[in-house]
Amino acid sequence: MAPAKPHQSAAVAIPVPDKISVSLNVNGVDVQLDLAPWTTLLDALRDRLNLTGTKKGCDHGQCGACTVLVDGRRIVSCLTLAVMKDGSKVTTIEGLAKDGMLHPLQQAFIDHDAFQCGYCTPGQICSAAGLLAEGRAKTADEIRELMSGNICRCGAYPNIVAAIQQVMGHS
Amino acid sequence: MINFQYARAADVADAVRQIAADPKAKFIAGGTNLIDLMKEEVERPSRLIDISRLPLDNVEETSGGGVRIGALVPNSDLAHHPLIAQRYPILASAILAGASAQLRNMASTGGNLLQRTRCYYFYDIATPCNKREPGTGCSAVNGVNRMHAILGTSETCIATHPSDMCVALAALEAKVLVAGPGGQRTIAFADFHRLPGDTPHRDTNLEANEIVTAIELPARGFAKNYTYLKIRDRLSYAFALVSVAAALELDGQAIKEARLALGGVAHKPWRDVNAEASLRGQAANRDSFARAAEALLHGAKGYAHNTFKIDLARRAIVRALAQASQGTPQSQSSKKIR
Ligand SMILES: Cc1cc2nc3c(=O)[nH]c(=O)nc-3n(C[C@H](O)[C@H](O)[C@H](O)COP(=O)(O)OP(=O)(O)OC[C@H]3O[C@@H](n4cnc5c(N)ncnc54)[C@H](O)[C@@H]3O)c2cc1C
Ligand code: SF4
Ligand code: FES
Ligand code: FES
Repeated sequence: MAPAKPHQSAAVAIPVPDKISVSLNVNGVDVQLDLAPWTTLLDALRDRLNLTGTKKGCDHGQCGACTVLVDGRRIVSCLTLAVMKDGSKVTTIEGLAKDGMLHPLQQAFIDHDAFQCGYCTPGQICSAAGLLAEGRAKTADEIRELMSGNICRCGAYPNIVAAIQQVMGHS
Repeated sequence: MINFQYARAADVADAVRQIAADPKAKFIAGGTNLIDLMKEEVERPSRLIDISRLPLDNVEETSGGGVRIGALVPNSDLAHHPLIAQRYPILASAILAGASAQLRNMASTGGNLLQRTRCYYFYDIATPCNKREPGTGCSAVNGVNRMHAILGTSETCIATHPSDMCVALAALEAKVLVAGPGGQRTIAFADFHRLPGDTPHRDTNLEANEIVTAIELPARGFAKNYTYLKIRDRLSYAFALVSVAAALELDGQAIKEARLALGGVAHKPWRDVNAEASLRGQAANRDSFARAAEALLHGAKGYAHNTFKIDLARRAIVRALAQASQGTPQSQSSKKIR
């Protein structure tokens, strides 16, 4: 086998593009950012807007820690280019509480001790908010399946399912 | 990720014009595969042409009684669309067996077809790989190859196509509608993905300057007797080791029409028309199912770590045909295989 070259076809330098102006509504606040095209929504939220509640776990779409809602739908922000979401409404964990009251999912996660280290929790809660909005999960099996995009290394799964069931029961 | 330019396509013609003007440009739709590969520097496009805002997001009936699906319909919307859920439940089931709820919300119909292999060496730019860098060799053929192909392989590449959705599309005899500088053309699903041969760097027969605009399903949906059975290392959110899309039309216990396609076993969704023919006119029972499995796996070849897939596929085919014939499709939430 021939040794791999360090890089495929030594590329002709690509001119550095100008930053692109991106408008977002994040947690109800209009923001305007000048971003390089490769900035992910995750990095824009954390590094430019200081919204560090959204976590970077794998950075490859495999763990769900970076889950946020874009126009009401749950997505992984690490595989989303911010420029592609120009004009969108983004909700992060920081935007769920209203008028000083925790979101029912946040309260339920506390009630059920649905975390240990807490690193996956913002993604779990945003994902669960998406799941409730979709309205397709009824049984515990369905909750487990439709939450499978959120990995919890501490293994808090049973309590996460219980917390979501509590909120489903009340809504 | 390397530095790249970004532009939005105004319409399909503009997208085709932009891609023709820059051979190192790529389209981006949901981004779930391309951005991942760009972070690994496996893909190094000079420019991304954002097609995500093109109005290719409809699911509509065709005059021939089929359904046309726009290339930008998100996987989750497609699975839950009433026309698909009711008339083509095998497609809905296959989509819901793949990835996660978040990724299905992002992934597009066209992008799903064009997702690249999950071969670990393809992803690791420190290792030789004929698909990533033609002529460097295949690290998997004598390396770790547990997830690799058992059918249609070549010595230059033993990668699999990772899609679940495409396995159902193969069984349904879908067509792929594409547009390019010379106008539009239609590609039969069986001719869309390629076998590796000695050109494993080409996954499909789509030309570099063409865009997928839609998928068309024929009228026949097999809504009564179907299943999508996916076997993997964990119960959810994992790629298939082996998956089976099985669809039957029955007349009492006799098989009138059969469709059988496998995922996780080849460089393309593996549909076998001879195995299907062996079922036609037969009674739907274990014997005929076993014969079909035998026919399909006749030329299967295992490598150091994936020989188990041959037996796994045989059993999965028999089980899937039983599920289809009994009208008890595999549930994608309760994971018990009955
Ligand atoms: C963690 C993880 C787990 C996954 N698990 C599964 C699984 O179990 N089963 C499964 O089937 N899939 C799985 N996937 C893969 C997922 O389904 C694909 O990444 C997705 O379908 C790709 O669609 P996209 O729109 O995001 O494509 P993009 O990433 O936008 O594009 C992919 C490729 O297609 C090209 N392209 C996109 N649209 C068009 C078009 N209309 N015309 C021409 N070219 C186009 C792009 O240029 C690019 O080369 C998983 C992905 C991840 C990250
Ligand atoms: S199997 Fe194909 S993709 Fe994997 S290392 Fe070999 S050539 Fe590359
Ligand atoms: S950080 Fe986005 S899925 Fe892991
Ligand atoms: S609470 Fe630690 S990863 Fe989930």
